[in-house]
Amino acid sequence: MAEVKTKGEVVLNRVAIVAVVVALIVMLTPIYWIASTAFKPRSLATTVPPTVMFEPTLTPFAKLFTKRSQLRQPVEEDVYEAAPWWEKLIYDDGEQVVKNRKTGAITSSGYWDRYKNSLIVSIISTFLAVSMGTLTAYGFSRFKVKGEQDWLFFILSTRMLPPVVVAIPMFLMYRTVGLHDTHLGLIILYTAFNLSFAVWIMKGFVDEIPREYEEAALVDGYTRLQAFWKIVLPEALTGIAATAVFCFIIAWNEYAFALMMTSRNAQTAPPYIPSQVGSGLPDWSVIAAGAFLFLLPVAIFTFLLRNHLLRGMSFGAIRK
Amino acid sequence: MARIELTNVQKFFGAVQVLRDVNLVIEDGEFVVMLGQSGCGKTTTLRAIAGLETITSGTITIDGKEVQNLKAADRDIAFVFQSFSLYPHMTVEENIAFPLRAVRSRQAEREAEVKEVARFLGIEQLLPRRPSALSGGDMQRVAIGRALVRRPKALLMDEPIGALDAKLREQMRAEIKRLHIARESTSVYVTHDQVEAMSLADRIVVMHDGLLQQVGAPEEVYLRPANLFVAQFVGSPVMNVADVTVESEGTDALLRIGGANGFRVPSETVSHLNGSPAKLGIRPEAVMLSHDAKDGYIETETTNVEPLGSHDIVDVRVGDETLRARCESGFTGGEGQKLWVALDPHRAHFFDAASGNSLRRSA
Ligand SMILES: Nc1ncnc2c1ncn2[C@@H]1O[C@H](COP(=O)(O)OP(=O)(O)O)[C@@H](O)[C@H]1O
Ligand SMILES: [Mg+2]
Repeated sequence: MAEVKTKGEVVLNRVAIVAVVVALIVMLTPIYWIASTAFKPRSLATTVPPTVMFEPTLTPFAKLFTKRSQLRQPVEEDVYEAAPWWEKLIYDDGEQVVKNRKTGAITSSGYWDRYKNSLIVSIISTFLAVSMGTLTAYGFSRFKVKGEQDWLFFILSTRMLPPVVVAIPMFLMYRTVGLHDTHLGLIILYTAFNLSFAVWIMKGFVDEIPREYEEAALVDGYTRLQAFWKIVLPEALTGIAATAVFCFIIAWNEYAFALMMTSRNAQTAPPYIPSQVGSGLPDWSVIAAGAFLFLLPVAIFTFLLRNHLLRGMSFGAIRK
Repeated sequence: MARIELTNVQKFFGAVQVLRDVNLVIEDGEFVVMLGQSGCGKTTTLRAIAGLETITSGTITIDGKEVQNLKAADRDIAFVFQSFSLYPHMTVEENIAFPLRAVRSRQAEREAEVKEVARFLGIEQLLPRRPSALSGGDMQRVAIGRALVRRPKALLMDEPIGALDAKLREQMRAEIKRLHIARESTSVYVTHDQVEAMSLADRIVVMHDGLLQQVGAPEEVYLRPANLFVAQFVGSPVMNVADVTVESEGTDALLRIGGANGFRVPSETVSHLNGSPAKLGIRPEAVMLSHDAKDGYIETETTNVEPLGSHDIVDVRVGDETLRARCESGFTGGEGQKLWVALDPHRAHFFDAASGNSLRRSA
């Protein structure tokens, strides 16, 4: 790619680079803000102007996972000395961990449970949506299906209604059949929600895989299922990775349904984090710590699959 | 190795009939080439034999056993696709071993067989590579290796060298021939290139519009085309075809084309023509040119000269028709030259003007 450029194009190129840098700064600033606030002591979290240089602390994370109360009087010295490092951080901030009177076991906050719920619901629903979507896409791509276009449109149309429209009926249905506030309920909901998307994206990828690949396998003595498993799946891996990332992000970040369909047991992190803002004086660095940890799985997942994603984003358009 | 027989095979795609009553016997160890224009149904025929396409009616037998209802996997036939269709996510070695793994052979056996085929095709050094790192010719060798490795009953090839450039095509043609002779595999080879067909085939099957036009050895198809389609499809440059009227002149006959004077030929060479409208077909090498007036030659003028190095193709006017003649290079100076032209009556073909079928002399 070293084609001749005119002067105008060179200038345009520079302008474009500047624009990209500006856009990048605008987009990354909130992430920096959350990440830095997560490591700030409470006193520095809300200063005006914002504190840029500070000594990072893990206090917000220690607080994030525990239930605490204000210290009425300074903690006794031997108790303080006997406490583990994270408890000391909490004492230092003028609070104490709430403990069971009899057993002395610490009471944890709801964060880790919500986080686990998010992981369970997102991973399982992503797996289901992508595997069902891939099989469905394969069927539509390779076999004559009566009314194929109508079916595909119907599948897509499930995404056309704004979620608010179906939220109330869904809520009533879930309550009636006992799916309210269950992992299964959210998994079904997110799977159904992502399935149409998975079918459409995967259909594009499967269509790109030449039929001859499977036909060669069929002639060579494999069954169609074996051909699918050994040839189509490895060839569709790029598409599967891209689809999985999208589905995971959608499920992981979903807020509205999670807020409505869960209350305790199956509640995911998105509705939980803001709910903590309202209880007492908001501790912004704890909230930032919660948001920061919440951000990690998507970042890691995307990073691990980045090679597949870069190829997958072109939706198979430029594969050989 | 196997004998393949197609009987009354028909295939419809929806309402469109792609194969009309195909009857063909491929003998054990034979190399049969199906030749025809794109869209005439060659690939469909091959896929029907392989089991990748169900036929609408008719029977296909392999070694006497009806297979038209068997799955592709159960027919023990190998297929080389035009696109080679090597699996990109596997190395060359894995590609070639893939058919062996379907029958769950042992790893050591597999490796030995892959090595043997690779040595035979001269691609041993490519085994660890990925298909994307291969040249076109090597991809094709690997594709053939993958087809041969499990010693199938028959080898079907769909334009396997159509995607290669001209020089490589010639080389691969020779390799495929050598391979066939060494392995004696029953082979069906599809192409639209008549040179490929002539050079490879034990027998050529000329196909047009879902029908077999002629089945025969290359010389036979070339020397005794069954109809106008075959006559014009096989041979390069294309056979000259013109409406002809036959008049008798004493003991000789006069072939008149394009309203010109007419070529005098011995009457026994046209005695089988019954007077119904006919077309004359004559290959360029049977059109004879002369610098001087001779008996049986008529005067003409060159309209175009194509120097091809080894020989020239010269267009001459005969009445309103143009005949193409093949002559030694440098025979004429250029266009607009005066020449005399005659036809070799023993190499003239006559076809029924209505049906296009050959009007052959009864032997
Ligand atoms: N799956 C199909 N559906 C409908 N028509 C087809 C299909 N496959 C081939 N055809 C049609 O059948 C005819 C013969 O095709 P094909 O056997 O591929 O010809 P060839 O290999 O001689 O070029 C063509 O007109 C083609 O359009
Ligand atoms: Mg074809």
